[in-house]
Amino acid sequence: MSRVRECRTPRPGVWGAAVFLVLLIAAAVFPGLLVSGDPNGTDMLAALQGPTADHPLGTDANGRDLLTRIVHGARPSLLAGLGVTALSIAAGTVIGLAAGLGGRIADETLMRLVDVVLSIPTLMLALLVITITGPGVFNTVLAIAFFMVPKYARLIRTQVAVIRRAGFVEAATSLGLTRVRIVLRHILPNAFQPLLALATIEVGAAIVAVASLSFLGLGAKPPAPEWGAMLAGGRDYFSVAWWVAVFPGVAITLTVLSITVLGRYLQRRLEGRPA
Amino acid sequence: MSRVSKSRTPARHPVARRTLVRLGASLLVLWGAVTLAFASLHLTPGSIEDTLIGQSTVTPEVRAQIVADYGLDEPVHVQYLAYLGRVLKGDLGHSYQLHDSVSSLISSQAVPSLQLTLTGLGLAAVTAILLSLLTAKRSRLLRGVVSGLELVGISVPVFWAGILLLTVFSFQLGWFPAAGGDGFSGLVLPAVAVAISVTALLSQVMREGLETVLEEPFVLTARARGLSDLAVRFRHALRHVLLPAVTLGGWLFGLVLGGLVTIEMIFSRQGLGQLTLNAVTGKDLPVVMGVVVLTSGVYVVVNILLDLLYLVIDPRLRGAHEPGS
Repeated sequence: MSRVRECRTPRPGVWGAAVFLVLLIAAAVFPGLLVSGDPNGTDMLAALQGPTADHPLGTDANGRDLLTRIVHGARPSLLAGLGVTALSIAAGTVIGLAAGLGGRIADETLMRLVDVVLSIPTLMLALLVITITGPGVFNTVLAIAFFMVPKYARLIRTQVAVIRRAGFVEAATSLGLTRVRIVLRHILPNAFQPLLALATIEVGAAIVAVASLSFLGLGAKPPAPEWGAMLAGGRDYFSVAWWVAVFPGVAITLTVLSITVLGRYLQRRLEGRPA
Repeated sequence: MSRVSKSRTPARHPVARRTLVRLGASLLVLWGAVTLAFASLHLTPGSIEDTLIGQSTVTPEVRAQIVADYGLDEPVHVQYLAYLGRVLKGDLGHSYQLHDSVSSLISSQAVPSLQLTLTGLGLAAVTAILLSLLTAKRSRLLRGVVSGLELVGISVPVFWAGILLLTVFSFQLGWFPAAGGDGFSGLVLPAVAVAISVTALLSQVMREGLETVLEEPFVLTARARGLSDLAVRFRHALRHVLLPAVTLGGWLFGLVLGGLVTIEMIFSRQGLGQLTLNAVTGKDLPVVMGVVVLTSGVYVVVNILLDLLYLVIDPRLRGAHEPGS
């Protein structure tokens, strides 16, 4: 009894994370609702001011309001994180299905490829791709997505290998359903279930990776209100204006923290463990 | 037929067989990384000479020399085999921008990076062991605080941890040098930055393990023999949770290597990270290829070392190759 209850009622941390994420999504969709003003509006007279009533999080070297820029930064970060995850899930599903449903040779070949990619740090591989494609927001998203594929491919493959032998699949086959229909309607939906928790947590990892590459000057470029790019643009002023170094990073950390907390809560619920 | 042989082989020499399988897998990983590097060279749009040269200007003689060196007039499979051969001999190509061979560039930058990596990992291991051993199965409040800190530690991006440490301890407090910095004082902040997420991950895994281990009967036995709580934790329980922690080792090593690029930039340190970043922005593909091949090589070596470490930690694995004894 109490186990079930514990499992259903989330801890306060989970509520906090959910509230923060709702705010974040609001900021990404309607930034104008939370802050007024232009994220790129400069005011040289107010350059590098500490937190005040007018500028609660201070201003940067061009007098731009940090709070406005951080709120507007929610959209590129969330879009990049979701984009990376969507792309890698799509590709991972195709590869996982091919490995799980194909013959042994397809399975072994694909899974060994997955091993190779998993053995080199994602950031290193992304850098290799960016050397070839050149920098840019789209290229960084593509590079990171490419190397997050293996995780999903492996998970889907494991799921498919189990589910294809399940009773209901056998039943569907004996009812004369087509192979495509069985895979799409019966195997895939069930294989996706454990993917949800992993995907949630990986959105956080993707946001960090994208912000890191922007900070290195390979993704979004400094005037853009993107969190990593804001830190890159403020680099020369960290010694005189701590708020320039602190607040964009707080935004990234809180976002990733909330996503992780929520992802782990989902994971526990799906596994039926106490939250 | 196949069933019989399947059930017989693993029983005979489990350790030897496992080592062989792991070694084979390692070679496969290395081969895959080299192939990936080669493929990236050929997938780059434009002529391969131009890609290898990058953004520097060279004389037509040098260009002809490159074509000859890389056998660019040969069919692709011949070039591939030649590339494999060169990598096997330790020749990772030439950076025309830095006027040096990739191998010597890497080896000249490897020492500061290795120092940073090992210091960071060592710091993380010690902190995580102490943190998990001292807090597992303690009061609710303490565990709540520590697990909260662990979650924050996991979520903080490595590069921002570096920025924050730099801002607080160099710029505000002036305790450590802000840039470069030789010797120990320059190593502290970057090492801490690298260690934060690794510590959080390790401590989390080990604490979860400890909570189960401390329920085991052998712990009760040890307590009944009159051992103090700390002695039980350090002398008996620790060994059991080191194994899952070591399993994460290879992955954590990769995490740290990936973090070097941003950390070395933030602290203006020399090293592989800086070399890679400059190569990426300068489109110096031979250097980036070399670093990718090296990284996978390091990963393979680390994993073999970790495999040996298993045997040190868990004596049961050592005796396993003598069945019937």
